[in-house]
Amino acid sequence: MIKKVFAWVDERFPLDEMIKHELTEYPVPRNLNYMWSFGFLAMFILIVQLVSGIFLAMHYKADVGMAFDSIQHIMREVNYGWLIRYLHSTGASAFFALIFIHIGRTLYYGSYRRPRELLWWTGLLLLLLLMATAFMGYLLPWGQMSFWGAQVITALFGVTPFIGESVVIWLRGDFVVGDATLTRFFALHYLFPFIICVAVAIHLVALHWVKSSNPSGITLHAKDNIPFHPYFTVKDLFGLGVFLIIFFGFVFFAPEFWIMPENNVPADPMVTPPHIVPEWYFLPFYAILRSIPDPLGGVVAMAMSILIFLAMPWLDRSNVPGGAKFRPGYRIMVYVWFVDLMVLGYVGAQAPEGIFVLLGRIATFVYFGLFLLLPFISKREERRSRVQGLPREAERLIREEQEELLRSEHYLRRENDEKELKNIRKRLEDES
Amino acid sequence: MASDKDLDSPDRRDFLGKVTTAVGAVGVAGACVPFISSMNPSKDVTSKSTSLVDLASIPKGKTHTIEWQGKPVFVTHRSDETIADMQDVSTEIDPQADADRIQKPEWLVVVGLCTHLGCVPNRNEEGWICPCHGSIYDNSGRVVRGPAPSNLIVPHYEFVDEKTIIVGKKV
Repeated sequence: MIKKVFAWVDERFPLDEMIKHELTEYPVPRNLNYMWSFGFLAMFILIVQLVSGIFLAMHYKADVGMAFDSIQHIMREVNYGWLIRYLHSTGASAFFALIFIHIGRTLYYGSYRRPRELLWWTGLLLLLLLMATAFMGYLLPWGQMSFWGAQVITALFGVTPFIGESVVIWLRGDFVVGDATLTRFFALHYLFPFIICVAVAIHLVALHWVKSSNPSGITLHAKDNIPFHPYFTVKDLFGLGVFLIIFFGFVFFAPEFWIMPENNVPADPMVTPPHIVPEWYFLPFYAILRSIPDPLGGVVAMAMSILIFLAMPWLDRSNVPGGAKFRPGYRIMVYVWFVDLMVLGYVGAQAPEGIFVLLGRIATFVYFGLFLLLPFISKREERRSRVQGLPREAERLIREEQEELLRSEHYLRRENDEKELKNIRKRLEDES
Repeated sequence: MASDKDLDSPDRRDFLGKVTTAVGAVGVAGACVPFISSMNPSKDVTSKSTSLVDLASIPKGKTHTIEWQGKPVFVTHRSDETIADMQDVSTEIDPQADADRIQKPEWLVVVGLCTHLGCVPNRNEEGWICPCHGSIYDNSGRVVRGPAPSNLIVPHYEFVDEKTIIVGKKV
């Protein structure tokens, strides 16, 4: 019976082929470590956010007179409203934590490199969409932090030359963050996740075209690939189990850890809290913003702090394949950058006074300095590797890859597949 | 402990796979519970599941309309004459004795929604007439003329004391 149903569907829709192509026959390098589970985890938390968000929207009221109270209504009166809200608020932080690790893995293992540039760029687009969605969602509880966060961030657009003031008023639909702002933020906060879903689909199509990278950074021999299902579905599900223990630890035992106490005070446009800080996931970028004394410069620097990642495939000029594993210079840079990001995050949470101003400026300088140094360091490191030779493991992997490429070149020459042949010859050239 | 031979058995792997899937399915089903439950009436709504009615304020021969769970409820203080008129009446559409529709003869309590399509019937001397499609009910809330298919619904209610009733049940 089931077989018949599937046969009927397969005649009209490539279901069986899709399952094979994306799951049961989708080749994945067998040496992936748990760092490669974070994409799956991010997708899981996206679904948690979508579902909990839709159910919250059934009880939430986007009106300055009612928004704050409707959150109290959800917490006190709606069945399991507390759970759904804490899932959503904790989920936002978890989402960023997972995405940051996912991006950190990409940087460390050099997964942004050829041929994965588009995968990298769609990923960065997803980060920007996620940030925008989180920022707009944070206004909705209409607490003091919500209000002043939105007030400050929308005011940043005031640095636009000539038309700054009208841009800010246009964004808010009011002279301050008000009812118009809240309503449009709610509408967009509901819309953006669907754009994110489309971007995720594009991200995945690109991934399944170029396939996963791996810790060595060198494309593995075909015999070293194993199907995604069941090997990596099981591995990812185990990772999910570990993640859920931590996630629900927060949801059930420390949900308020992620919510600033000040945000339990209803928004008051007449009084700014003494110390306003963004959510933790924005802190490093906030620190960069404050480190530049000129307002326009600060906003540009903050935008650049993420956009500069788009240039990674060009800034990294080394021809040594892979990420930090076989590249000592790059490895040190990545670690310095990780530490620098932590310092920026710490500075971002402090009041901009005394030592923190200086510390913020140094960390900002280091942050951008690393990107500017990368082309030179990667070249130098390559020269050094040529002299000293790569580690034996890397040599073996590269040799295997080239054998494989030669084999396919031979095969394609026979088949007369000109386009693919050109591709392979180019890759061989690049790697020799 | 299982022997090496058992460990290699494909049956064992198959069994573990099936058990894991089943436990996972139960987990997913369990995760759905709070979401589905959140769509049920919230506490502020369920707190309105009962209404207290002060009967002392309703003079003989008058009907008061009170709100219960967002719906109108007609509470009628019937005169002895009306009570007498309601006995030995046989209605054709939904036959029911007056005694089965009341707890104390002078108090008639019915949900004020026409059983046809839910309009609120208007009060007159003879009982009620629905403005939407003209259904007529007598002073026991029994349907005398269609299109209504049944008598006005008698909600659950209890006498708290002589002069107070509580309509509905706690949810």
